[in-house]
Amino acid sequence: MAFLECIDITKEYANTIALKKISFSVNKGEMVAIIGPSGAGKSTLLRCINRMIVPTAGDVIFDGVNFNTLNSAQLREQRRKIGMIFQHYNLVNRLSVVENVLHGRLGYKTTFEGIFGRYAEGEKEEAFKILARLGLEEQAYRRCDELSGGQKQRVGIARALIQEPKLMLCDEPIASLDPSSAKIIMDYLWDINKSIGITCFVNLHQVDVALKYADRIIGIRKGEVIYDGPPCALKKETIHQIYDSKTGELIMD
Amino acid sequence: MELLVVKKRQNYIAMFFILVALLSYGAMEVTGFEPAQALIAIPQAIVWSLSNFYPTMASIKNLPAILIKLHETVFLAIVATTTGGICAMAFALLSTKGVPVFTVMCRLIASFFRNIPDTVWAIVLLLSFGQNVISGYIALFFATFGFLTRAFVETIEEVGANSIEALEASGATYGQIVFQAIIPSCITQVVSWLLFMIETNIRSSTLVGMLTGTGIGNLFNIYYKFFDYHSASLVVIMIVIVILIIEAASNHVRRMIL
Repeated sequence: MAFLECIDITKEYANTIALKKISFSVNKGEMVAIIGPSGAGKSTLLRCINRMIVPTAGDVIFDGVNFNTLNSAQLREQRRKIGMIFQHYNLVNRLSVVENVLHGRLGYKTTFEGIFGRYAEGEKEEAFKILARLGLEEQAYRRCDELSGGQKQRVGIARALIQEPKLMLCDEPIASLDPSSAKIIMDYLWDINKSIGITCFVNLHQVDVALKYADRIIGIRKGEVIYDGPPCALKKETIHQIYDSKTGELIMD
Repeated sequence: MELLVVKKRQNYIAMFFILVALLSYGAMEVTGFEPAQALIAIPQAIVWSLSNFYPTMASIKNLPAILIKLHETVFLAIVATTTGGICAMAFALLSTKGVPVFTVMCRLIASFFRNIPDTVWAIVLLLSFGQNVISGYIALFFATFGFLTRAFVETIEEVGANSIEALEASGATYGQIVFQAIIPSCITQVVSWLLFMIETNIRSSTLVGMLTGTGIGNLFNIYYKFFDYHSASLVVIMIVIVILIIEAASNHVRRMIL
């Protein structure tokens, strides 16, 4: 059985269909990039996987569990196995870096422990270890609003990693970053995927980045899968089909 | 083409001013308000104030009584704000939890309390609680609660939405999200709203006091009705001084927490 399986996921809003019967299955350790124009449904698809958005129809089966059958406590238990990072980092800016990282452990805590921020010594050590791995040990006690965009995104990655996730969902992680920070972030994601073996789903705007880092590319247009396969087999015509463009209209031409 | 767009925009601006002028004129006609008479009345009012409405040595001896009542009014305003604020926070958190039933319910209740002015609350409560400080407190509490619920909901949605999403995705419970994400990110705005509300409530509680027969408002009313304008003016001056002090203090606090 596949590690993550999406079967006929459909999401309808009042008068638009965001996703039309999307199906795919992903093996453990794959690095999957989702590409497509703005509004194609990339973010919706990502959020349907961890049920931050509830699909209108279809099943998500992750690690042998069908998310449709879960109550809210069981869903929280599954979600802690899934790390998520965001375009706008979604940190609590007024708290310190290490406090933000430890937020990733909340899923493992009782409500009471979480409210008062009572983390175990081992968890704190782990937080510092992860920060060191991401080159942020010197920033640990700084407030997040003092950091640069690239540093904030690394805090986001640290917060996801401390969950000990089996899957990472990355929603346009480099869309707000300058090229050199973007490369650093993508390199870290690649490293996490290859060395720890965490399956990664990355929404991307940049086709060249997807071609360089991903093991597999899923191209989406208007809520439908146009392409699903390895980067080497992705033809230029297909890219144009995904972006609804003609030869010469994209920067890569 | 572009020139035409600019012309069109100029036309809109002109139309807007004409509309405002027409509305003002219409409103004056309907209410029978005569601007000329009002303008003539202003100098008269100034002359009357200068000749009657100032504190004298004789009125200064009322100062201790005024200060006692003022103290009562200020603390009433503070208590109404803090208790109203706590209830408003609870409602705002319930309303932003993402359960549609709670959201609609909380908004309806808050909007009901907000849209009835505190003076109307005071008059209504007078009938059930009588002329005492409880009526004044509840009136201020209701109005504060209604207003702050809305202000807090907007703050949470504006400041907290992103981090709420992140913690929800990591499997945190709502209680954890409230204390680890919402409160840390919203606390400065929340304190700022509370300080603003204390200032507003000191002004309102003066007015409410006139109706419920308590506090500084009632004292003003008494002096005024007994033609003791000198003492009444002293009351006004003291209120202004207190509001200025509170304003300065809250500005200071705001600068400190930001």
